Amino acid sequence: MIDITITLNGKKISDSIEPDSILLDFLRDHKCYSVKRGCETTNCGLCTVLMDGTPILSCSMLTARADGHTIQTLEGLQEEASSFVGFIADQGADQCGFCNPGFVMNTIALLKENPDPTDDEIRAFLSGNLCRCSGYEGQLRGIRNYLNSRVKE
Amino acid sequence: MFTIQKYVRAQSLEEAYELNQGKNNRIVAGMLWLRLGKGRVNTAIDLTDLGLNTIEEDDEKFSIGAMVSLRSLEQHESLNSYTNNAVCNAVKDIVGVQFRNLATIGGSIWGRFGFSDVLTVFLAMDSYVELYKGGIIPLSEFATMKKDKDIIVRIIVKKIPLKIAYRAMRAQRTDFPVLACATSIVDGKARAVVGARPARAKLIMDDKDILTSGISEESKNTFVEYVANNIPTSSNLRGSAEYRTHLLKVLTSRNLTELEEIK
Ligand SMILES: Cc1cc2nc3c(=O)[nH]c(=O)nc-3n(C[C@H](O)[C@H](O)[C@H](O)COP(=O)(O)OP(=O)(O)OC[C@H]3O[C@@H](n4cnc5c(N)ncnc54)[C@H](O)[C@@H]3O)c2cc1C
Ligand code: FES
Ligand code: FES
Repeated sequence: MIDITITLNGKKISDSIEPDSILLDFLRDHKCYSVKRGCETTNCGLCTVLMDGTPILSCSMLTARADGHTIQTLEGLQEEASSFVGFIADQGADQCGFCNPGFVMNTIALLKENPDPTDDEIRAFLSGNLCRCSGYEGQLRGIRNYLNSRVKE
Repeated sequence: MFTIQKYVRAQSLEEAYELNQGKNNRIVAGMLWLRLGKGRVNTAIDLTDLGLNTIEEDDEKFSIGAMVSLRSLEQHESLNSYTNNAVCNAVKDIVGVQFRNLATIGGSIWGRFGFSDVLTVFLAMDSYVELYKGGIIPLSEFATMKKDKDIIVRIIVKKIPLKIAYRAMRAQRTDFPVLACATSIVDGKARAVVGARPARAKLIMDDKDILTSGISEESKNTFVEYVANNIPTSSNLRGSAEYRTHLLKVLTSRNLTELEEIK
């Protein structure tokens, strides 16, 4: 077992883990159920979390590597998410909603890096987030409406 | 299932190298490829504490640490200005941002994957691999070597006069490339690299001096035929050999047109 300390959503947590513990499992064991298990082969983006502010795939990261780092999941980013998720909902963009947390996490990362992205920049940044129900247009319209609403303010 | 018995954050390259000699011990970089394997790893050797995640630059070269992420390559202004954005173009469609934040240049080059955009673009430059024991060797030599237990420390790109263009064909964005083409003029000498043939990227130099006196419509066509005749392609589910060779001609020709326009 390995002893680790991670700052998870602002709280320092210490735990003992197996060497091959995967961050996705660790986070769900710590009640971060927004982090979804999708493909587990790096393709779908459902498991996206922020490590030191950078979006990564928790399905493919050793928990041991997160030792000493900061991890944020949607549970800890409610305020950031609340500014734009309503615009996505207004478009009826999601159907089953399973892809939504990963999608929201990566949108938070996008807006932090590039607060005023073009549609092409949004598409490029979110291209690693797959949705099996929608055609992505609703999500794009939602984010665009949010950005436009900010301009008006 | 992929399992790991022991995890070690190496504190020196010597420690990492020594550990890497053990049976079923593996260097862990981004772990994205490694994890897809079903292997049982005895000791996972993490290089994260060794400061290999930076791109250093001086008048003569870029020194890219093995743990530099593909996303850092994509966003590095000076490297992309030197390469006319070819490095960014090569990596920007690899899966997604979250993936590229984890995937490393070291893992990408070490893997010598047939489908590799990364190997393809770096072969088109004056690139070298710095190995912990094996010293600094040309990337073209490393690309054909058998996999061994040495460690990639850095990838070095010499800053000699360069024009380079990169194009890949994908069935859809984020998929593996059907074909990847990098075309360049390195210190006055043209070269073409074709990856995802689907075999490992192959480099061919303009040994017939077809483009030495400039790129014209005629020399372009002759060079494209020369590349197509000397770089074999084959078929798999993503495309037939014929289709790939057709793509090779189109993409190499477009790359040459782009090279013509670079000041
Ligand atoms: C689903 C998927 C899609 C992909 N699509 C593309 C694509 O379209 N184009 C493309 O170019 N690539 C693609 N790749 C490959 C990817 O970009 C990386 O090249 C790959 O994941 C390896 O990098 P890594 O950092 O994850 O290495 P790891 O998986 O950690 O390691 C790979 C191998 O290299 C060894 N290794 C790693 N670093 C070193 C080092 N410094 N010294 C010695 N040995 C080392 C490891 O022991 C391991 O055997 C894809 C990969 C996946 C999983
Ligand atoms: S579950 Fe991590 S990318 Fe799909
Ligand atoms: S809404 Fe169902 S996967 Fe996206």
